[in-house]
Amino acid sequence: MMGKDLQINVHHVTRVEGHGNIVVDMKSGKLLKAQLDIVEPPRFFEAMLKGRNFIEAAIITSRICGICSLGHQMTSLKATEAALGLEISEQTKRLRKILVNGSTFQSNVLHALFLATPDLLNVGSVFPLVNTHKDVVLAALRLKRLANEIGELVSGRAVHPISCVPGGFTKLPTEKELMDLKEKLLKQGLKDAQYAVDVLASVAGNIPNFIRETEYISVYSDKEYGLYEGDVCSSDVGLLPVEKYLEITNEFVVPHSTSKHAKFNRSSYQVGAMARFNNSHKLLTDNAKKTAEKLGLKAPCHNPYMISVAQMVEVVYCIEDTVAQIDAILSAGIKQENPNQEATRYGRGIATTEVPRGILFHDYTYNRQGMIEAANCVIPTGQNLQNIDDDMKKLVPEIIKESKEDITKKLEMLVRAYDPCISCSVHMLDVEFVE
Amino acid sequence: MSKPKVAFFDFTGCEGCQLNKLNFENELLDLLELVDIVEFREAMDDKAEEYDIAFIEGSISSPSCVERIHDIRRRSKILVALGQCAVSGGINAIKNLHPMDEVQETVYGKDKYLFPSIPAQPVSAIVKVDYEVRGCPMSAPEYLHVFKSLVLGRKPEVIDHSVCVECKLRENECVLDKGMFCLGPITRGGCGAICPTNGQYCIGCRGPVSNINKNGAVEMLKKHGFSVNEALKRMKMFSANELDKKIEWGR
Ligand code: SF4
Ligand code: SF4
Repeated sequence: MMGKDLQINVHHVTRVEGHGNIVVDMKSGKLLKAQLDIVEPPRFFEAMLKGRNFIEAAIITSRICGICSLGHQMTSLKATEAALGLEISEQTKRLRKILVNGSTFQSNVLHALFLATPDLLNVGSVFPLVNTHKDVVLAALRLKRLANEIGELVSGRAVHPISCVPGGFTKLPTEKELMDLKEKLLKQGLKDAQYAVDVLASVAGNIPNFIRETEYISVYSDKEYGLYEGDVCSSDVGLLPVEKYLEITNEFVVPHSTSKHAKFNRSSYQVGAMARFNNSHKLLTDNAKKTAEKLGLKAPCHNPYMISVAQMVEVVYCIEDTVAQIDAILSAGIKQENPNQEATRYGRGIATTEVPRGILFHDYTYNRQGMIEAANCVIPTGQNLQNIDDDMKKLVPEIIKESKEDITKKLEMLVRAYDPCISCSVHMLDVEFVE
Repeated sequence: MSKPKVAFFDFTGCEGCQLNKLNFENELLDLLELVDIVEFREAMDDKAEEYDIAFIEGSISSPSCVERIHDIRRRSKILVALGQCAVSGGINAIKNLHPMDEVQETVYGKDKYLFPSIPAQPVSAIVKVDYEVRGCPMSAPEYLHVFKSLVLGRKPEVIDHSVCVECKLRENECVLDKGMFCLGPITRGGCGAICPTNGQYCIGCRGPVSNINKNGAVEMLKKHGFSVNEALKRMKMFSANELDKKIEWGR
């Protein structure tokens, strides 16, 4: 097939969050272009934050992305607390961990079961599965509901949480409510998750086999699977403090994307469920480890198509860790406490949290009036974009003998595997073939 | 009679409204029985030519969005704006308060010329909007009400009273009495006062009621030591366009 000409241009890729186009251009067997164009209109959040007070920061940044709204709030609150020197209680920290679990759980279920699985079953959306695989769809819907209930109970609303504010919570759940939630997680949640895992295991053979080793970056803590807090971990160079985030992300502007790209020790790096799994798999619960085994996932895994599998492993972990956090809160007894909003200083605060799609950084500088002077947010999808482009450049020559349709499908699946959140990074995806 | 053809489109926003729309896990399958979903990029691959009802999320903020929304309007019988971004420009419109050039430079530096951007506009600034569901995120029960009404061929009810009315109905302790600031007195209800119910002040996400000056709200805020200017400044987080009608772009 030497000398093949191939042009793909998928306009507005479907089943991803936001607007992006896949563009491939091959002339006489030479790959000139294989990239993901990000065409989402920029939203300029950094500019919006200027002059806002410390309570408004999290309210605004939450609106960067509805799906990761909780993660943006958490990171924002932590950055504000670091900047203003606000301490939070053990109870607040545990409730936040529950929220982070809930949102990871909800987003992973949505992506792995509703957006990615249809590809493995060869259909264009989850809707036809309502007729052919009703039990799975119902289990997946119940899981999603349960994940949302976690957010609704602890933060007032699953999308754009209400009661988590700098220094604590404006409203607390009752012991009874937490007990009921635990019941549901153990009885129904774990059961549905196991069922979904079994179904995924039965179609896992359809997951394309593509290997490209890259650098994996995630939050890491030696006490628990890194989600809410920890250092930054690179699979290439080890642990780094969050304050070094600019040296890690090295953002740069490329003409084909309204979202900035990033790189660290190689031409690109990966963030998200697979990066977390590769870096922190030893800290998973036993059940989650077994789930990985059942699904054929072993660290380090260098196949990006396996990201949805890693997400399902995390679903099991998040359910179990939420139960553990509830137990700890209940055994200490719920304390009625007000948010601590007495600033002890004004300055710069940098924070990181894992959101479902990967590591997120917020960096604010406050002036003496408690207003934001400068702000910067580095978003997971942006960090993955260069890695996606690099994957495509390796993948296209490997599958060039396949039909145009198959190549397009595999490229779309690849982009979808990363669960790109383009509103976050700005938005994303389109493919078209001319030979 | 065949089922109504329903389509969903998103412009500039955070897709929180999108997500909220999928958060009726219990009712979702029943809703699907009533309609034919013909286009929904986030969830499916199919595309269609015409729609009985088109739901639009997000604000219009780039030249290509303008073209796209005109095209959708031409092909839709009923067009509904979902969420504050679509209804008023929402949070995106904060950037309209700063000079565009400065905004672009803050984010992209010297590369700002690569990506054209225009002030964030509500859908209604470009095409005719038949119904709207306010809120950031849009209120899920209200969406359900509008969705069902339209599918059954009825007119959905339009809410134009303040959040305070709903807060009182829920028997909350007024957050102004707790010494907090609150936009409830001048903000349009429909959300069940969900923020004060969760101990937080109303941040005005549904935009102003149409009769701000007539309902004593200003007096109420003043009584608690907050000036009208302070209220307007905070209100601009979600309502920069509604409060500042100067921007006439695209009309
Ligand atoms: S109205 Fe709010 S929740 Fe809805 S898309 Fe806009 S920012 Fe997101
Ligand atoms: S209480 Fe205010 S801020 Fe909260 S949802 Fe209602 S209108 Fe929006």
